[in-house]
Amino acid sequence: MNSLLFRGARLLDPESGLDTPGDLLVEGERIAAIGGDLSAAARDAEVVSADELCLAPGLVDMRVQLREPGAEHMESIETAGQAAAAGGVTTMVALPNTDPPVDDVSVVEFLARRAREVKLAKIHTYAAATKGLRGRDLTEMGLLAANGALGFTDGVQAVADALVMRRVLAYARTFDLLVIQHPEEPSLARAGEVSEGETATRLGLPAITPMAEIIMIERDLRLVEITGARYHAAHVSTAHGIDAIRRAKAQGLPVTCDTAPPYFALNETAIGDYRTFAKLSPPLRSEWDRRAVVEGLHDGTVDAIASDHAPWDQDSKRLPFSSAAYGIVGLETLLPLSLELYHNGHLSLTELIRRLTCNPARILGLPVGRLAPGAPADLVLFDPNVSWRISTDDFRSKSKNAPFDGRPVKGRVRRTLVDGRTIFQA
Amino acid sequence: MQSVARDTVFRHRHLLGIEGLSPEEINHFLDLADGYVELNRQIEKKRTSLRGRTIINCFFENSTRTRTSFEVAGKRLGGDVINMSVVASSMHKGETLIDTAMTLNAMHPDVLIVRHPESGAVQLLSEKLDCAVINAGDGSHEHPTQALLDALTIRRRKGRLRGLTVAICGDVLHSRVARSNIALLNTMGARVRVVAPRTLLPAEIERLGVEVFHNMADGLADVDIVMMLRLQSERMHGAFVPSTREYFHFFGLDYTKLRAAKPDALIMHPGPMNRGVEIGSEVADDIDRSLIRHQVEMGVAVRMACLEILTRDLGNGPPLQ
Repeated sequence: MNSLLFRGARLLDPESGLDTPGDLLVEGERIAAIGGDLSAAARDAEVVSADELCLAPGLVDMRVQLREPGAEHMESIETAGQAAAAGGVTTMVALPNTDPPVDDVSVVEFLARRAREVKLAKIHTYAAATKGLRGRDLTEMGLLAANGALGFTDGVQAVADALVMRRVLAYARTFDLLVIQHPEEPSLARAGEVSEGETATRLGLPAITPMAEIIMIERDLRLVEITGARYHAAHVSTAHGIDAIRRAKAQGLPVTCDTAPPYFALNETAIGDYRTFAKLSPPLRSEWDRRAVVEGLHDGTVDAIASDHAPWDQDSKRLPFSSAAYGIVGLETLLPLSLELYHNGHLSLTELIRRLTCNPARILGLPVGRLAPGAPADLVLFDPNVSWRISTDDFRSKSKNAPFDGRPVKGRVRRTLVDGRTIFQA
Repeated sequence: MQSVARDTVFRHRHLLGIEGLSPEEINHFLDLADGYVELNRQIEKKRTSLRGRTIINCFFENSTRTRTSFEVAGKRLGGDVINMSVVASSMHKGETLIDTAMTLNAMHPDVLIVRHPESGAVQLLSEKLDCAVINAGDGSHEHPTQALLDALTIRRRKGRLRGLTVAICGDVLHSRVARSNIALLNTMGARVRVVAPRTLLPAEIERLGVEVFHNMADGLADVDIVMMLRLQSERMHGAFVPSTREYFHFFGLDYTKLRAAKPDALIMHPGPMNRGVEIGSEVADDIDRSLIRHQVEMGVAVRMACLEILTRDLGNGPPLQ
């Protein structure tokens, strides 16, 4: 059996509150032991000297677009897996907006098989909440879940119709399934591309009011009240949206949410002179909203940080702003951008890692995201303090669409393990 | 006219918008254009400063007036003007804007005049081209030559821009003419108001340096210039305003509403007008108050100045950025 001993790492396990220097022993696919000095117990193990480095559970990225099947020229399970490995992500969950969409058991099985073949980061998938992502008829949620779908969502579009959403939630509640919403009222967002405000007005771009997010969240929360379903709002980006979720949690509703790095690392001014790499859905918001996202992460209202990885080829982004696709790649920048929250004093390292590991794992019901004897050896070893500049040319992802090229960041992945196998090493 | 010397005031390669231009640069365009107004009224109008230059009018959106105005301007200066209407051609075959740019580039034009329905598209094109680019209107963003011709029209009638109060009325939300004019008039020291129903105003428009009004009586009070904007037909019937009748009743310019303005206030419209929608015919055709036909005349002169100034920088020296 392979064994690997990490010596003298700063061990971070948010679930148990562990943040201490020590050793961690991997045997086979699992974590065998954690302790102050395990050198005696592990004489045959390969030793990894981890001075000055942090060892944490591998990141659990709950929102990734794989583009496979259907758009493999933009990304594939193989390249997304490489990108994840380089980013310290050991588990990722795919959105169902592929071609064909994940609305049938066969597609779930296809993804599972491809993930087994590629053997990089673990891949799970959500399934469509409605057939064909068309927002009308329910998918076979029970069967899809039984075959591995972790939750139900229409991906990058909201389940718009309130009655359909009520039925999605009620049916999901029957089997205690998770429903994930892209919280944006489409009739308000129609034809809009950037958030309403001075930037949009100056550039003459069609704008979306932040109320599009808030109204959808508020509506859904009322539906959660009457259905009791587990509801997760994706990439929350507005101050009032976060407030609404804060109130719902205080009320005891089974509600969680995540955000993505652009919503705490950038604001609408990143659009500058029509940079399509800053065209996102939801759109980048005002500085006031950005600060509220940081505050929501700080006080725990925002449970998780996801990359919201959305690969697009050049042809989809090298277009006039209105014609360009929405979204950016994020797997390889998830950790360094999130670490800005730690370096800027908004979150402790443990609290930050919590939002990247055990929190999303708990929401998804996955047995990963923790350092404990017997747990799967999904690990990320990273240097939290090394300074470097993001270079999109170095991305392993097939697509390079990110607004962070050249951004100075601190913190870099050194090694990533999945089930005890090293899938990335710097 | 000097045609080889590099322009010393306007040191940009393209004319993409008014925002960011200095008062000196704006005056530079207006001063040169002023001279061309007289030239254009002579029988012999031909100049040679653009001789040997190729100018392509590249319109991704229908336009008769602006395209013709640029064409006349280019030809008066002796340039070869080619009209390209892309609406009906390659874009429908799936060619991207960048492909089109590369194709045009290979033809070695000296100036490309571009209109495009999407905001920012002209800038994107300019980044991929070796020649000078003039923005002839991009989406709801900018239409710099319109603002320059409006400024020249005002300056010739009022003798100045500084200190005047200008009310821009109507569909500000979708108007590139409004954005360019707001930028230019503010830069030149005029006071700018916008007057429109709330459905036709973008958020935080006041941050662009305008006073916001929602009724014509207040908005036009004591103004020197009333600038009306065109209301696109697809916005007239319920989407943004309930009907043309209601729109004209509250926001259309007629003598009753004009009474609030200064007695010598002048009326402008970028055209083409919707008579009886945003402007009544009796006001539009009032030869003492309406500058609408002057605007068209100034348009040619201003576009000649733009072509002249931008091609000066295309001398044999390295291109300026």
